[in-house]
Amino acid sequence: MAAAVLALSALGLSLVFGVMRVVNVAHGEFFMLGAMLAWWTAKMVPGGPLAGFMAALVVAPAAVGFLAFLTERLLLRRIKYDPEATIVATIGLLFVIQQLALSLFGADAKPVAAPFTYRIAFPWFGYSGYKLFVVVASVFILVGVWWVLARTRYGLIMRVTQFDRETATAFGIPVNTVYSAVFVAGAALVAVAAVLIVPIQQAHYLMGLDPLLMSFIVVIIGGLGSIKGSVIAALIIGMADGIISVFFSPTLASIIATLAVALVLVVRPQGLFGVTAR
Amino acid sequence: MLDIRDIDCFYGAAQVLRAFALKLEAGEILCLLGRNGAGKTTALKAIMGLVPPKSGQILFDGTDLGKLAAHQVPRLGIGYVPQGRRLFSELTVIENLRIGLMTRNSGPQVLDRALAVFPLLKERLGQRAGTMSGGEQQMLAMARALCIDPKVLLLDEPTEGLMPAMIARIRQSVIDLKAQGVTTILVEQRVDAVLPVADRVAFVENGRVTATVAVGELKASRQMIDRYVGVGT
Repeated sequence: MAAAVLALSALGLSLVFGVMRVVNVAHGEFFMLGAMLAWWTAKMVPGGPLAGFMAALVVAPAAVGFLAFLTERLLLRRIKYDPEATIVATIGLLFVIQQLALSLFGADAKPVAAPFTYRIAFPWFGYSGYKLFVVVASVFILVGVWWVLARTRYGLIMRVTQFDRETATAFGIPVNTVYSAVFVAGAALVAVAAVLIVPIQQAHYLMGLDPLLMSFIVVIIGGLGSIKGSVIAALIIGMADGIISVFFSPTLASIIATLAVALVLVVRPQGLFGVTAR
Repeated sequence: MLDIRDIDCFYGAAQVLRAFALKLEAGEILCLLGRNGAGKTTALKAIMGLVPPKSGQILFDGTDLGKLAAHQVPRLGIGYVPQGRRLFSELTVIENLRIGLMTRNSGPQVLDRALAVFPLLKERLGQRAGTMSGGEQQMLAMARALCIDPKVLLLDEPTEGLMPAMIARIRQSVIDLKAQGVTTILVEQRVDAVLPVADRVAFVENGRVTATVAVGELKASRQMIDRYVGVGT
């Protein structure tokens, strides 16, 4: 379950890095905003948790996507996607969004009711139907993103832009528009992940840091810019995290995950499925 | 059809083109000849909008290319074959060609025509571009530009690093394209690569065109070559 949502959030980060070659440190705050908006929408929309959830699935990605659009236009484009400057700028953005969320929504954790509470009864234990739904929904979205990248004209344009910006431009591809679209898509993806997880986890203004760290771990282990690597690494890390947290302690899980990153960086710096930079 | 009027281009603070001026007539093959670093490649990039000129104009059928965004230039019908080919080497041959076709939404007949110039590519459509030989990659780079259905083709050292048999084939295809009415700017470093194909030769030195002569004149007197290019090139 954690693995599925982690994969979505890491996919957003990986997509942005893969095509634009910049790291968005505010990625986790987009996640937090998605969760906050899910809570806010659920509160505003009458008609029970299901209506609120459906509305949030539209509102959160749209609003976060719009914020990402503004970020790309007003920030990243101004600094010409310089990798170092982007890191610093998005760190700034991280704090701005975080503190805005604190002053707008307050410091307390906000529960959101799951859209449905059906429990699947296995002979030996019961399992939350919603959690299963989250897994299925995440898989659908992952497959969808893969399909767009591998099979459609837009995917071809994205891969070409990733490969060689200048030559892409010489063949009429508006690179800036592609960047804009990818950045928005990455933010919308993480917002969807947040909407999915918030009935399980509660929304809180500091909740962005953990998924940011985990997304980084996943993306580094899987290989920056490799979608396949991100998904597989998310599954490994997510499941290992779950199992170790249950049987030992969450702290140990974090230690092992971080250690795994260090090991991957030493042994295979490009990540498990990454290709060496050209 | 293409009129470059005194453009100045910079890489950062370094000026690469100084009042670079050039006129291209429809249907001809014009060759830019000059040493390494003379500004030949930059001139092509300026036309493509990849290195926008600080001053001067580049008029293409009356449109000032310098005022357009870089991605709009190829949509007017300018095909670019960059130095070193710059293929999307992880993509297949047909995907590379499709990128060219997408530029101006060219129909399948444009693809057929490009493949007719380089029939060898027909058997390789599913192959990854990076796994082909240098000559085949050059053919693909040219076919990709032809998929734009270009009025003008910009060729940057298309025979660089190829074996002689392949050089002859690439050269022949440039001549074939001329017969089909494609206007070409060809960048070369070596005179012997130019004489068999070019109609006119523009000598480039220190970021400007020092002289433009018809190739007949050039063949008549080797002295000219010595004067503009120097001995040993």
